[in-house]
Amino acid sequence: MSIMGTRVVRVEDPVFLTRGATYTDDLTDERLSGALHLTLVRSPIAHATITSIDVEAAREAPGVVAVLTGADIDLPAPLLFGGAPKQMVRPWLATERVRFVGEPVAAVLTEERYQGPDAAELVDVDYEPLPAVVDVREALKDENLLFPDAGTNTCSVYNKEDPDPDFFADCEVVVTREIINQRVAAASLETRAASAVWGDDGRCTLFVSNQNAQGARDEVAGWLGVDASQIHVILPDVGGGFGAKIGADPEFALVAWLARHTGRPVRWSESRSENMTGMVQGRDQRQTITIGGSRDGRVKAYRLDVIADAGAYPRLGVFLPVFTRMMAPGTYDIEKVDSRATVVVTNTTSTAAYRGAGRPEATSAIERAMDLFAAEIGMDPAEVRKINVVAPEKFPFTTKGGVEYDSGEYAKAIDLALEASDYATLREVQKARRERGDAKQIGIGVSSYVEITGGGAFVENASVEVHADGTALVWTGTSPHGQGHATAWAMLASEQLGIPVEKITVRHGDTDHVPEGGGTMGSRSLQTGGVAVHQASLELIDLAKQRAAEILEASVEDLEVDTTNAAIVVRGAPGSPTVTFAQLAEREELKVKTVWDGKKATFPFGSHVAVVEVDTETGKVTVERIWAVDDAGPVLNPLLCEGQRHGGIAQGIAQAMLEEVVFDPDGQPLTATFADYGFPSAAELPSFDLVTMETPTPINPLGFKGIGEAGTIGSAPAVQSAVVDALAHLGIRHIDMPTTPLRVWEAIQDAVKEDG
Amino acid sequence: MTGVKVEITVNGRTTTDEVEPRLLLAHYLRENVGLKATNIGCDTTSCGACTVLLDGESVKSCTVLAVQADQLAVTTMEGLAGESGDSLDHPVTAAFRAEHGLQCGFCTPGMVMAVTGLIAENPDLDERAVREGLEGNLCRCTGYHNIVRAALVAAGKDPDAEQEIEALSDDARTAPGFSVGSGS
Repeated sequence: MSIMGTRVVRVEDPVFLTRGATYTDDLTDERLSGALHLTLVRSPIAHATITSIDVEAAREAPGVVAVLTGADIDLPAPLLFGGAPKQMVRPWLATERVRFVGEPVAAVLTEERYQGPDAAELVDVDYEPLPAVVDVREALKDENLLFPDAGTNTCSVYNKEDPDPDFFADCEVVVTREIINQRVAAASLETRAASAVWGDDGRCTLFVSNQNAQGARDEVAGWLGVDASQIHVILPDVGGGFGAKIGADPEFALVAWLARHTGRPVRWSESRSENMTGMVQGRDQRQTITIGGSRDGRVKAYRLDVIADAGAYPRLGVFLPVFTRMMAPGTYDIEKVDSRATVVVTNTTSTAAYRGAGRPEATSAIERAMDLFAAEIGMDPAEVRKINVVAPEKFPFTTKGGVEYDSGEYAKAIDLALEASDYATLREVQKARRERGDAKQIGIGVSSYVEITGGGAFVENASVEVHADGTALVWTGTSPHGQGHATAWAMLASEQLGIPVEKITVRHGDTDHVPEGGGTMGSRSLQTGGVAVHQASLELIDLAKQRAAEILEASVEDLEVDTTNAAIVVRGAPGSPTVTFAQLAEREELKVKTVWDGKKATFPFGSHVAVVEVDTETGKVTVERIWAVDDAGPVLNPLLCEGQRHGGIAQGIAQAMLEEVVFDPDGQPLTATFADYGFPSAAELPSFDLVTMETPTPINPLGFKGIGEAGTIGSAPAVQSAVVDALAHLGIRHIDMPTTPLRVWEAIQDAVKEDG
Repeated sequence: MTGVKVEITVNGRTTTDEVEPRLLLAHYLRENVGLKATNIGCDTTSCGACTVLLDGESVKSCTVLAVQADQLAVTTMEGLAGESGDSLDHPVTAAFRAEHGLQCGFCTPGMVMAVTGLIAENPDLDERAVREGLEGNLCRCTGYHNIVRAALVAAGKDPDAEQEIEALSDDARTAPGFSVGSGS
């Protein structure tokens, strides 16, 4: 019986539920014994010149081994994103100017953990404040420059062509609006952490919490100016990443440098408030959407103009508008699509990937546009969507953004979601409440989405080795941090080899064992790393057959796998001699390493229907139900797949109604702790209704697409749309995310005023 | 700094040490006793990753000083794993596994102990009681869906039936706008 598509419980869990996982800060590795603890002194001011740094008092504090400033560090300051202007480098420790609250200014090394913050408080830094640039439009003016040498705050422009003034000329109806896709924090429960130790062989062993060991190794080596072979990155268990742990943080290299400088191991684990200012944040696009079409519901033209905030030091966030532009038309077959994006630096935390990374911004924009268009022509928003989605017979479909969608049935997904939610009845309930004039109104939001998974990193490697004791070892270049690859990859190998899942160990995140690998990001793992494990298993069978042919005195073509016994047997010859993989491994190493190249990205899609209740007296929004159709092709393990969807949906709902990283006009973060940031608990969320739909991709033999980010991309626009829909009868057409009680209440007051 | 002698029973075993008065119980468990399951996820008693039982009641061990736990009994997630240290026989940990109530695992030890405490306080849980009872424990991976199911299973309830009842219920959801770290 096939194990594919079955609800195998996780092999990771027995350890996680007894002694707990081992995160970077949990390591008791003997190489780290006697480690110094690093505490960073961080800027409390968003933009300032540093006039002096006095570390003398700190040096005298108990347990202090060293206090260093930028002047002590003999490394060139790195440019964290290659495409940014070369002057926009981030100092290891700021010496002349600070550009965001949380920027490291001094490093304190102590014998014991508690001594660090004590000593750090004694570091005396004098700042001369400069005007802070917080708003992206202010940044665009170039009146206050973060990097005077660069001569501009703009770090990237995508599409420099002037917009065509006649773009919407043939449209009966045109609607335009500026909307905000607000900044959010990844807020992985484990903060950032790193530990480093240099061996007598001149190599550094670097333990970090990250989504890609190989990428982190290459970046750290580059920044330290050493060969990548001198850095051995090991990823212990990782307590969530959500995109924010892609790539090395400069702190990692600093930890390695300090370990070399002091000749002792160094450990660093940041606090939550450091994390909420120091770790990269996501989204943060100001978008102008313009949509035009005819009154029969057909959309003819769509334009998306984006100003994106890179934060103080350009990182991956500079690139993400590329994804936003690629996915601008969403699931729709629109004749004319136009987009452009400008990315600027501001005196805020740097931005980079967060679950969805550029695609949720595209989806939210087009979905808001569809709602605005539907409202303008007085048509049901679900109907407008169905009129405009790409027809199933058009796949593979090349969009106006030049992207090739592999497979999809977008209207069917919408229909499934409408059917599951009993959309018609919901509209009746809504109508009745409106007629009664209830204080609590309900809103219904429908989203249709498509996204890119495995975009950009199509190649992944895997090795499979069977041992003489019948166990198997899989190494993968992907890098799970909660997704359950140890279970899923074992299922893929087990399916082919017949070795039970519990006898297969999956390992990852050690650059000495897997020197190449793309890590886990962009929902790429199953369609790249998983398929690589599948391919390696097939190649291992080929190898086993060649060896078995001699032993069984049969031709290779006549051999097949007996998955019940994990053996090679002669086809159609019951009772004839067989040889197990284990027996073959006893004679000679039985191991295959392979590289899978999918060559293309895949495009999962779906549709969500959300129902919210809005208290029109207080502005409070409650998500009552959400039905989600998320089609990522065949499902390997429904338990894991559903888990990814649940988590994604929750994060999308959270962005739609609760979360926002806020800076005041001086660049002071107002959401730097979990007491201030709108991280949802179980009490703010409902259970989720998941609807199954599986449309395979032709890109890989298993038909797999990615599922990690889909839920987030589909749920945020559905919930936002539902909130607006609840108030549509008041004439409200849009409310920016997050739809907090204050914002909703203000929208209601404004609408009532206009009306009266 | 002057040390203070404490004697704390951890998972049935007596531990003693001389500690700084400011030492957090979470750090005592992790560093002094060497039990690393209990995690620390915030600075503001908001996330609950450090939840343990103190004389049977769930507390956030980042907001309890080790000296306050002197002469008291602490149970961490390791304490549910039996003599062998690897048993999944406890109904709460068993339910978390069966229902896929964990992903990255960081909130898990605190979540497991919060659920254990919740069931001890109120064995007759429904979905809303679970959701409000776990308001002080944050998870970023699961969207809570399967954590709630695990809690219901551990409390002897049918999670499908409970979710159906809650979905169709018109009862007011009384939770605050977001977690304010009110403690367990």
